[in-house]
Amino acid sequence: MSAAVVEQKQTPQPRVITTEPRFTDKVFRSVVTSGGLIAGLLLGLIGFFLIYNGFEAIRAAGLSFLTGFNWVDAVPEDGQAASYGVGAMLYGTMVTGILAMLMGVPVAVGTALFLSYYAPEWIKKPMVVVVDVMAAIPSIVYGLWGYFVLMPHAEYWAKLIHKYLGFIPFFDMPAPVFTRSPFIAGLVLAIMIIPIVTAVSREVFAQTPLERIQAAYALGATKWSMIKAVVFPYGRGGVIGGAMLGLGRALGETVAVYTVLNLVYDIRIEVLLSAGGSVASMIVNKFGEADPVELQALMGAGFVLFMVTLLVNFLANYIINKTARE
Amino acid sequence: MSQAILDVKPEYPWKLTPKDLVTDFLGALFTLASTLAIVGFSPLKGKLGFAITLIFMAVITTTIMSWIKLDRKAAFNSATTVLVYVTASFVIIALASVLYEIIRLGAPGFSFSIFSNDMSQTASDMPLTEGGLLHAVIGTAYIVTFATLISTPIGILTALYIVEVKGRFAGLVRFFVQAMSGVPSIVAGLFIFALWMIQLGNAYSAVAGGFALTVLMIPTVARTAEEVLKLIPSDLREAGLALGATQWRTVAMVVIPAARSGLITAVILGIARVVGETAPLLLTIGGADAINLNPTQGNMSAFPYYVWKNLLIGSENAISRAWLGVFVLMIVVLVFFTLARYLGAARGGRK
Repeated sequence: MSAAVVEQKQTPQPRVITTEPRFTDKVFRSVVTSGGLIAGLLLGLIGFFLIYNGFEAIRAAGLSFLTGFNWVDAVPEDGQAASYGVGAMLYGTMVTGILAMLMGVPVAVGTALFLSYYAPEWIKKPMVVVVDVMAAIPSIVYGLWGYFVLMPHAEYWAKLIHKYLGFIPFFDMPAPVFTRSPFIAGLVLAIMIIPIVTAVSREVFAQTPLERIQAAYALGATKWSMIKAVVFPYGRGGVIGGAMLGLGRALGETVAVYTVLNLVYDIRIEVLLSAGGSVASMIVNKFGEADPVELQALMGAGFVLFMVTLLVNFLANYIINKTARE
Repeated sequence: MSQAILDVKPEYPWKLTPKDLVTDFLGALFTLASTLAIVGFSPLKGKLGFAITLIFMAVITTTIMSWIKLDRKAAFNSATTVLVYVTASFVIIALASVLYEIIRLGAPGFSFSIFSNDMSQTASDMPLTEGGLLHAVIGTAYIVTFATLISTPIGILTALYIVEVKGRFAGLVRFFVQAMSGVPSIVAGLFIFALWMIQLGNAYSAVAGGFALTVLMIPTVARTAEEVLKLIPSDLREAGLALGATQWRTVAMVVIPAARSGLITAVILGIARVVGETAPLLLTIGGADAINLNPTQGNMSAFPYYVWKNLLIGSENAISRAWLGVFVLMIVVLVFFTLARYLGAARGGRK
């Protein structure tokens, strides 16, 4: 009797097979998940705290916060009320960003083509390093270089453009001041966005199916007709996305633009004139002596800038991801 | 029979014949000569006139030459080839100019005494033999160390979440981190100012600057680490799991060690990205001329701030100081950059 009991006790339980993670895995997963969510949520936190602190200013100004041209502090002695609007600066940001794209993207795409299809093997590696180093240079270095080195040259170029193309309204010149213009700021920004546009374009060009390239060559295409017929149609989305990524960078650039652009609260279409705008530079410019009310307005301006760059970036990443998946 | 096969000489129809070389050489000569002639006898003057004429003449010459030799398509091809080479040389010229000017204007003020002095007893206008940027070195060291300490775990955890755990929000987190790498640096500064100073009532300090740089550093670390982790062959993971290891043990003992040098590269790239950031520091560290050894309290300086301040002062010696600051900053950036590339290349080489 007792022997049977002992035998029964010794019969092992069948092992429980489960997909339930072990305790350590649960801890591991929750730690990793919370780390990942912190990074994901940071974007939301940034937006929240900017709008939270800038809401008063935006509510007080209403829609004119986006469209207004004035950035005037309240002067109680004169009975003057504060009036804050980022319209002119937003317009100036767009102008310099678009100029940077017009000048930078062709060069960047050309460089990407050079690296993918034209460059001899020995120059490829150093050229990739050149583009990477350009991406690593901090913006204040570009600012200093743009102000002291590029501007004297660019001023001369601007005069030439005005002399020969002055009949186009964009290149008209009401006052002969050619320094610190949107044109020069766009030039500096163009150099700053070249690395990222080149990198993204190169990545899509590298994904062009080899058999299509070879098919084009087999049909007797020259290198350029191959690029026109195969590479561009295939990589169009990626190049557009890369250009927009560059635009996003250009819109948010602060110190480099600050040094080479004269901030004027006005909307002008003459890009060679020493008068432009940039939301980011304006924030740095006004931040030092801002009172609490103006600080709220600056937070509001930061929120507007944040939303604009986020929109451009979302769109750019969406286009690139879509192209990469196809 | 075998003799006959050996007699066949291999042909290289794509190789340039001496005749091709001569015509190419003559074409280049013609381009140069006509450019010099046009610059010499027309109002186009200076380097710019020369460059534009040279590009123009190069395009014209090659186009006409290949049109005569072959056809219209070949002509287009030659023209675009020249243009592609021109754009690439633009990029090289721009970078060369930046680096050359940094050395030309920054190196003369360099001496090792700048690492043993601060600016508390020296005005920016004084000659560069006075004062130094020790306070900026200390400030940047504090700020970047702090940013690295926070953003490394968060960045790598984010990458692990996307690649290893593949949680429900993996796609979303990936998309947000991607978008975050485009957040303007000034916005990061404003965010920390709103959260750390206005909301939590703290004063300017190195810690605040470190928080601001963290915001910019996380996306770089996370995205690079993600790429690195994706390169680890899944055989390794499966082998670990098949041996009965939990996921935690597999990641900690197999995946992370295999990806170690790549993860270090990710962190170094992140440091190189943020070490020169100026705008967020202008809003968060307050700026100082004296050495401040306490990272949690009091105004702090940093390289970019030092450059910025001297640039705004604008006198001759101050500008020289700004270039000196840029010179030292670029050395730091390039050291990190080279380190990252070296480690990345070592990883690629072993594969």
